[in-house]
Amino acid sequence: MANRTPLYDAHINAGAKMVDFYGWKMPLNYGSQIEEHHAVRSDSGVFDVSHMTIVDVKGDQAKAFLRYMLANDVAKLKVPGKAQYSSMLNEQGGVIDDLIVYYFTDDFYRLVVNSATRERDLNWIQSVAADFDVEVTERSELAMVALQGPKAAEKLKLLLGDKAFADVANMKPFMSEQVGDLFIATTGYTGEKGYEIIVPADQVEALWQDLLHLGVQPSGLGARDTLRLEAGMNLYGQDMDENVTPLEANMGWSVAFEPEDRDFIGRAALEKQKASDHDKLVGLVMKDKGVLRHGQKVVVNGDEGVITSGTFSPTLGFSIAMARVPAKVGDTAEVEIRGKLVKVSVVKPSFVRNGKSVLA
Amino acid sequence: MSTIPKELKYTATHEWVRNEGDGIYTIGLTEHAQDLLGDMVFVELPEVGSNVDTGDDIAVAESVKAASDVYAPITGEVVEINEELESSPESVNSDPYGDGWLFKIKATDPSELDGLLDAEAYQAVIEDE
Repeated sequence: MANRTPLYDAHINAGAKMVDFYGWKMPLNYGSQIEEHHAVRSDSGVFDVSHMTIVDVKGDQAKAFLRYMLANDVAKLKVPGKAQYSSMLNEQGGVIDDLIVYYFTDDFYRLVVNSATRERDLNWIQSVAADFDVEVTERSELAMVALQGPKAAEKLKLLLGDKAFADVANMKPFMSEQVGDLFIATTGYTGEKGYEIIVPADQVEALWQDLLHLGVQPSGLGARDTLRLEAGMNLYGQDMDENVTPLEANMGWSVAFEPEDRDFIGRAALEKQKASDHDKLVGLVMKDKGVLRHGQKVVVNGDEGVITSGTFSPTLGFSIAMARVPAKVGDTAEVEIRGKLVKVSVVKPSFVRNGKSVLA
Repeated sequence: MSTIPKELKYTATHEWVRNEGDGIYTIGLTEHAQDLLGDMVFVELPEVGSNVDTGDDIAVAESVKAASDVYAPITGEVVEINEELESSPESVNSDPYGDGWLFKIKATDPSELDGLLDAEAYQAVIEDE
């Protein structure tokens, strides 16, 4: 039977349409995913992300371990609570998973990795950790929600009260703070301001209900996907996987090649690829009627690419996509939609930030 | 549970058909179909005046999730299309048997209607899925 998060009953009570998501029963929507999408862009929404895997890394060699296992460099993290987007690579440079790492002290970090790849991730982390003096602990007793949107701060303030909120009021993006039982981070997957909140599983339903009473829109996987795609954020298993390197997935910015003497898994392969003409992940925009979809063929100067994620953008009112294409791509390309070639614009893979279009 | 109005006819491909009299029939997608597809974002309709045969794919309902063909349930001429769907495709979700109608066909042979499913038979189709 599929796993259930501690919020399963709450989803059913809120009228959710539940779907199987990599072994978890998760809400797809609570009626209309487009309404949920707009709520997050204009007000606030809350997502159950308790299926994600939280892993704490402790020990004298925690820093050395993560500097070796992760493509980004945790040595850049100096302020306690600071978060960083990163990835674990195999020796070929393929992405085992993307993740967020939180820094507390040089001997204590927290990783949040995907649920779809949980078992493989845990096995990989344990196997790399075997050569280091570290303790790796999955925190399955914790649940997690994402409160996102321009009014997220206002809602969090009402939830926590002025005094507790003061601790997080001035947090910059990609920071975190432990406030009582709540671990509150200014991270997310929507392109809006907001928080990801980790909480003991037995308290998450009360937190969820409080947020709903404050008028926060419960939002499902459907809206989560259109929001992250508008924000140009990758989805593991779709925009990249073990056979795709960060350089081919618009994640080059999260790979720290400096300092040169830091060895990390996959480095040699990436160094080699960096010097060549490799495929890249771009954004596509189609203002004509129709919807770009995962798997559609992209034709670029006679060569071929593929759409990795495509959708109708509720914020923009037309279709957008991310596509992996040959390096020499220009300003336009053609996509094969239901047997017809349709011209699309090629842009940077980022479409909407803080409620507004970032397209030129 | 989806609503399946008793007075309509249905196809196994989830179109509904309403008799408007004078050999004219209105066609739309069932509540069950719109629920499967999710929020509608575009609806591509046939040309008014085009002649269609039973089973032809003559329209496309494109939702956040997928593009789905809509088939002509009867043979005839398309006499009207729901132009409101251009600006509000969400009517297919919110009012599938009303404002969300797709197109009207003047039937060549109204006896073709006898071959369509009634509400009970359509209910059985859904339950089998």
